[in-house]
Amino acid sequence: MSLSTIAPANPVEQFLRTDRMPHIWCPGCGIGTTVNCFTRALIDAKVDLDNLAIVSGIGCSGRVAGYVRLDSFHTTHGRAIPFATGLKLANPKLQVVVYSGDGDLSAIGGNHLIHAARRNVDLKVICVNNLIYAMTGGQTAPTTPADVITSTNPYGTFDTSFNLPHLVEAAGAVYVARWTTYHVRQLSRAIAEIFQKPGFCFIEIISPCPTLYQRRNKMGDGLDTMKYYKEKSKVKNGAPTSEVGLDKQGEIVVGKFVDRSRHEYRELLREQMQNTLGSRYVDPVAAECAESDHETAAGGCEEGLCS
Amino acid sequence: MNADPRGVLTGTHFIDGDHACCEGALAAGARFSAGYPITPSTEIVERFSSRIPTVGGTFIQMEDELAASIAIQGAVWGGAKAFTVTSGPGFSLMMEHIGYAVMTETPCVFIDVQRGGPSTGLPTLPAQSDMMQARWGSHGDYSLIALCPNSPQECFDQTITAFNLSEKYRVPVMVMMDEVVGHMTEKVIIPDAEKIYVEPRRHTKKSPEEFLPYEPCEDGVPEMVHAGEGYRFHVTGLTHDERGYPAMTPPVQDKLVRRLKSKIDSANRQIGLYETENLEDAEVVVVSYGITSRVAQRGIEMARARGVRVGKLRLMTVWPFPEQLIRTLAKRVTAFVVPELNLGQVVLEVERATGGQARTVSVTHAGGSVHRPEQILDAILEAAK
Repeated sequence: MSLSTIAPANPVEQFLRTDRMPHIWCPGCGIGTTVNCFTRALIDAKVDLDNLAIVSGIGCSGRVAGYVRLDSFHTTHGRAIPFATGLKLANPKLQVVVYSGDGDLSAIGGNHLIHAARRNVDLKVICVNNLIYAMTGGQTAPTTPADVITSTNPYGTFDTSFNLPHLVEAAGAVYVARWTTYHVRQLSRAIAEIFQKPGFCFIEIISPCPTLYQRRNKMGDGLDTMKYYKEKSKVKNGAPTSEVGLDKQGEIVVGKFVDRSRHEYRELLREQMQNTLGSRYVDPVAAECAESDHETAAGGCEEGLCS
Repeated sequence: MNADPRGVLTGTHFIDGDHACCEGALAAGARFSAGYPITPSTEIVERFSSRIPTVGGTFIQMEDELAASIAIQGAVWGGAKAFTVTSGPGFSLMMEHIGYAVMTETPCVFIDVQRGGPSTGLPTLPAQSDMMQARWGSHGDYSLIALCPNSPQECFDQTITAFNLSEKYRVPVMVMMDEVVGHMTEKVIIPDAEKIYVEPRRHTKKSPEEFLPYEPCEDGVPEMVHAGEGYRFHVTGLTHDERGYPAMTPPVQDKLVRRLKSKIDSANRQIGLYETENLEDAEVVVVSYGITSRVAQRGIEMARARGVRVGKLRLMTVWPFPEQLIRTLAKRVTAFVVPELNLGQVVLEVERATGGQARTVSVTHAGGSVHRPEQILDAILEAAK
């Protein structure tokens, strides 16, 4: 009896850099669960893995890029989105995923987040929100709710936190959803869905940090957090994002909040150039194909893009 | 290989340094630029945004310089040649991503049209006070390349050189212009595309199975692949091994950082471009770069008319610094005179390289205009005493 008969290979394993295991995430951390859902979505959405790139910033969630067997970029703190913007515009055939944390994307990277949403650049942003800066030891993030003990608010937080779905909807995202790490099937479906949706898509995943958030606030461990997510989450698809803000122990509104259509950045660019320059406009994709022929460099274009 | 003719505006032009720099980038094959407006550099990307849609490429105006300086690196890993353009305050914001480009060995070009600082300083007036920032501005140990044109023609020529060097050594290359060179209008000759050499990307011929993204070739520089080619590679700003995987141990750090530095330092002679006059009999050598070299030229001529044996060394490449050249000269000259539009930056390197074998005279200027030739003449006369 072969080993594979006894223990069939985990379908997710093909997506992982198993030579990099064990990973750095703590027991009870939700990031691994999100990666599991992400890889399931890649299978379900039949994503072409050779034309998929993943870009992360810095932090615990920023390490995702290093663990998945894809073209992957671990960039600087907060700058995953502008890196991804350059990557996507220079190589539009790529499906570009930004996978990072709440501190990275909404604090130091907050300006890039709103501008990429405004431009409607075709990026799939997966934001793991553990409500804290975890990698650096549990400091207050813009997403930390009020009255939470953190290492930089030892007497409790008091300022208003960001409601990320509301922020990115206002900035122009075409798809906005929130799930928790308890909602693994819904989350996988949501991620699969954004691969079919052109434009700036944003999924917030509420995820525990048992080591630095739950424990410091006497909220139990990873399992207790799962129970909390189960009991306090309420699915409200289409809920007004202004009403989905989070507090310390209250209800977590989850679901797909925004799913709308708007021209994606490259479509708008092409249209504008064709309207103003007419036949003088040279589409970069076509130009790149011609250049690859000219240079006979490796890794050129696929047929059909050069039409 | 030769330049792609679609980007080359062959002919004789009467344009300023900023515009010439843009044409240099296009000729070198730049097909992506991300920028954020800042005087006195903005004309470069204004021209690029006007030209690129008919050449086949992309310009995007980003939300800040942090975004611009990393968007270009995303574009490079997507397969494009890319650059960004800025001036002092924006250059300060780009420092982290100069470090990222060094660490990830992302070939790209940064143009800094220098203005007076610190801080907002003199937005519309010249300085050369970012020279040390270009060398040391990002944290950590590294070497990079910085060029210093002194005319619109050189803005064109050196921008091409900058792209070529960035590809050859996989390092960010700085083109250190200044407000006067950027806004000075002169004749610029753009040759036929077939007369312009363009360094191709060091794309690997290895299969994904054999390829290690950070395994250096003999010259210390690794080969490269792009996203979307099936290599499933990883790039990180963390200390990494030859697989590109994070490996944060002292031995890996030692090997990586020493290689990043030595691939540039050991090629100092191949990289360096200098213009010299009358070094053979010189008792005094004027070391200058950028716009100041043109004022220095006048000062040198005035001194020679008075019988002083003065030579000229113009640094077209400032980093890596021509240490050996200065050291050799120091053995037989009395003094070096170093005029620059700052309070003494590159002069420190000249002084260090002399090893005390010759005097060094700094001719400082806080910025806002250029030196008067008489200031340089006086320094030469003083040095020759």
